[in-house]
This record gives sequence, C-alpha cells and structure tokens, in this order.
Amino acid sequence: MGSDSQTPPIPTGSSPYQETAASKSGTGVAVDLYLDRLSFGETFIVGDLHLALQQGRITCLLGPSGVGKSSILKILAGFIPLPAKSHLRASDGAELAGRLSYMDQNDLLLPWANVLENVVIGARLRGEPPDVSRARALLQDVGLAGYETARPVQLSGGMKQRVALARTLMEEGAVVLMDEPFSALDAITKYRLQDLAAGLLKDRTVLLITHDPMEALRIGHVIHVLSGDPVTLSPALRPEGAIPRDPAADDLRHHYSKVMESLALSGRTDI
Amino acid sequence: MKAIRILITLGGLILIWDLITRLLGLPKFILPAPLLVLEALIHHMGLIAHHSLTTALEILLGLLFGGLFGMISALLISAYAPVRQWVFPLLIGSQAIPVFAIAPLLVLWLGYGIAPKVVMGMIIIYFPVTVGFLDGLNRTPPAWRDLARLMQQSGQRSRFQNLYRLYRHVKIPFALPSLASGIRVATAIAPIGAVVGEWVGASSGLGYLMLHANARVQTDLMFASLLVLSLMAVSLYFLVDYALRRALPWQPDTGHDDSSQRSL
Repeated sequence: MGSDSQTPPIPTGSSPYQETAASKSGTGVAVDLYLDRLSFGETFIVGDLHLALQQGRITCLLGPSGVGKSSILKILAGFIPLPAKSHLRASDGAELAGRLSYMDQNDLLLPWANVLENVVIGARLRGEPPDVSRARALLQDVGLAGYETARPVQLSGGMKQRVALARTLMEEGAVVLMDEPFSALDAITKYRLQDLAAGLLKDRTVLLITHDPMEALRIGHVIHVLSGDPVTLSPALRPEGAIPRDPAADDLRHHYSKVMESLALSGRTDI
Repeated sequence: MKAIRILITLGGLILIWDLITRLLGLPKFILPAPLLVLEALIHHMGLIAHHSLTTALEILLGLLFGGLFGMISALLISAYAPVRQWVFPLLIGSQAIPVFAIAPLLVLWLGYGIAPKVVMGMIIIYFPVTVGFLDGLNRTPPAWRDLARLMQQSGQRSRFQNLYRLYRHVKIPFALPSLASGIRVATAIAPIGAVVGEWVGASSGLGYLMLHANARVQTDLMFASLLVLSLMAVSLYFLVDYALRRALPWQPDTGHDDSSQRSL
C-alpha cells in the first residue's frame, strides 16, 4: 500500500444532472450570524461581524491563520457558546442544532474501524441502524468503491480525506461546516478534491473555512475575507460562473487580485 | 534470532553463577551451584508444582479482579464528576500506604487461605490499570469529541444513551492502548502481591515454600522455587503482551528509534 499507482482515481465531481447519493439532504436552510463581540478571556478577536450563509451555496471564509476563522465556525457548530448581544438564526426559524455536518482539516477517522464503519459512525453514535447501501453509494461517489473493508492506515492522505468527505455527506445535515478540509493535502490532490466536493455539496448550505485564495475562488459561490487589525469581514465577493471554476480564467484574475488586496491589507506583524 | 539471544544471555548468566560458586568455594547453603538447584528442582518436582499452582491461581485471580475493578473505576471516574471529585483523591491517597504494611491485617481479617493474597494482588494491580485507562479516556482528541457531539445532536436519545455510545464507539477504543500499557505494568508486578501475602501467613504457595526452605537452610530448594516463580511471571507477561498486541493491531507501534529495520 501507499504507492501512487494503487490510489484510485478521484471522480471529477458529479454532473449537475446526475442524481448522486449526496444529493439526499435535509430541507435547505439559510443561516444568519451576528457577533457583537467575540473574545477569549481578555483577548479580543472580532467585533460587529455579520455573516450570512445562503441556502444551497458554498460560502468561503478566507483569511490568514490566527485571525479567528475557526472560532466563527465553532460558534456556528455550538462548540463555543454564542456571545452576548449576538444572534444565530436559521431561515426557517427552527433550531440549527441537529442539522449540521462538520468536516475537519484532519480526517478524524477511527483507526480501528474500517472505511465503511467510519462512514456510518454518525448513525452508530445515535443508536440508529446505519444505512449501509447509502454509505456504499457515497463511497462510490468519492471514488472509493472497493475500499469498504480497508483500514485508514492503509489509505493515502487524500483517500482518508475522501472518506471523511463521505462521512460528512452521510450526515444529512442541511448545513455543512468545513474547517480547512483540504489544507493538509498536496496541491494536485487538493485540486481534485475541490472538484469532487463542489459537485457533491450541491444543494447544501456550506461554510468553508480556508486560508487558500485559490480554493475560495475555485469553489466558493460567495467569498468573505476576514483580515485586518482590528479584524473585519470584507463585503461578499461573488465570482461569476458555476463551480468548480478554472483559476486561469480571465474574469477570475480580477477577483484574485481583489482578494489578495484585502489580504495584504491585514498588516499583521505577528504572523 | 530472539530465542537465540535469550538463550545466550541465560547461558552466560548461569555460567557466571557457576564460576562464582567454584572460584569462591562458597558453601551450598550460601549459594548453591546451578546443577544443585536443578537437582533440587527435579527432586522436589511434586512439592514445587503443588505450591506453584496456588501461587499461579492467586496471581491470575488478583490480575482478573484487580483489572476489572481498575477498568470500572476508570470509567466511572472519567464519566461522572462526583466520582472524580470525591472518590479519586481517596484512591490516590490509598496508594501512599505500603501494601507490605497492610498484608498482616489482610491475613488477620481474611485468614490463611488464598483470599488475602488475591486481595493483595488486586490492590497492587488496581492502580496501574486505573491510571492507564483513565489517561487514555481523558486523551480522546478534542476534535473527535466535538464531531461526535455534533453527530449526536440530530439524534433523539437520552443523555445517558449518548454518553454510553460515545464511550462504546469512540472513547474506549481510543483509550485501549493506554489500558494495555497499564495491564502490562500490572502483569509485571502482579506476583509481588501473591508472594508478600504468602510470606505473612499462608499454608501453601511458592512464597510459603521459599520461607520454609530458607528457615531450614535448604537454599537449593529456595532457588528452585524462585526459578519457577520467575518463569511463571515472565511467561505470564509475554502471554499478556502477545494477547494485547493481537487485540490492538491498529495501535501505532514505531518500535525503537535505534533499530535500523522494523521487527514485528
């Protein structure tokens, strides 16, 4: 194991007309987050921040490391309590808890369980009978059919992250929170996984945290840059064209320089 | 290769031992020659076997009950704050009392049979198992805990059931390598409890046999008993170690840093 020739090809993402196992998700929902002031103890992180996640769209939150991107995601996930005078609302008025999926930059696969068991772990944790056929279909979608009984240690980094993607999609949460999901991968694998995710996350409301401007431009419907001192959230940037986009396209270059400009404004000296 | 290494080491040690007795001309009641010990071992085979069985049973029962209690304690301490706050400090404090000091008490309360020895073994074994397992349970990667919590939010089950499933599917498997380390340590020190218990007061067992042999200056019999005790302890350790490795094949084991090749 481990040689490149054994790595199964990464599918190029599903066509918009093809029904995939990933399409089955909860009813779409938009999310509205307002933070009056976010701080850890004495350390002020960000204030007066308003972030809207559009239904069925991928919203990218782009910024340098240490700027507070992950904290915002953790508030959405409920890992950090919502600060005072702030709000977190779903468009249908119902609770957001229980309708979230989460994907970390680490694959978080259980080393003792095989690939299929890892994909259905959510159902196991809830004591529900796992939908094995859907899990198999999702593994097919991420190009890992035939690897159901493999252990994580036998897989490459990219394959592990594909299993993590399948596990994330297996959760039928309408809102998907992704914390730099491809940051640990090499450039080529990352490029292919972005294509794959763009196809499979169709119809879900996604918040994608990233520090890679190219990633944001490739698969973000809406891009916000979080930078500066004090940290501020840039207005929404909406590059044209369906995702995944070609980073070499002319109209994207214009957005690219815009993003770089906002990032350069950060002026942080502590990096 | 490993077996040859062990044989060379053992053979060398026996040779040195033999040389010492010959060169220094030590009387056999001080240090009997290896051959005399072997002779005693064969001559007293039935006697040693009888007492070995007692000791083996004490060690195994101590290991079993001590291990079980240790695991249950670690789970309770990890899952329930009141147990952690009220009982755990008590357990740590209890370890400050030397087992040797309470051995006579145990014999007084539980008699001369195997019960006080099993309890001694339990007391010795309990702590490394509890601490090892608890360390593992407390070291569940935080990201995994968060992910599991998020996944459980869409379920409708009770808090207790969710906690049970979190332990069953995530926390306990993550803690197993630590538990295995605790059990390894416990296995290595398990014979201490049994032998100390037998010294204080017993009617059978290798410790009892050694004490009597010593009193009658049957040093060769004492050495023979000691040899059997060591063999028992070492084989028990390797048996447990082998079983634990087989049970946890996914456990990362990078071996030693100075080995040029990985040996399994």
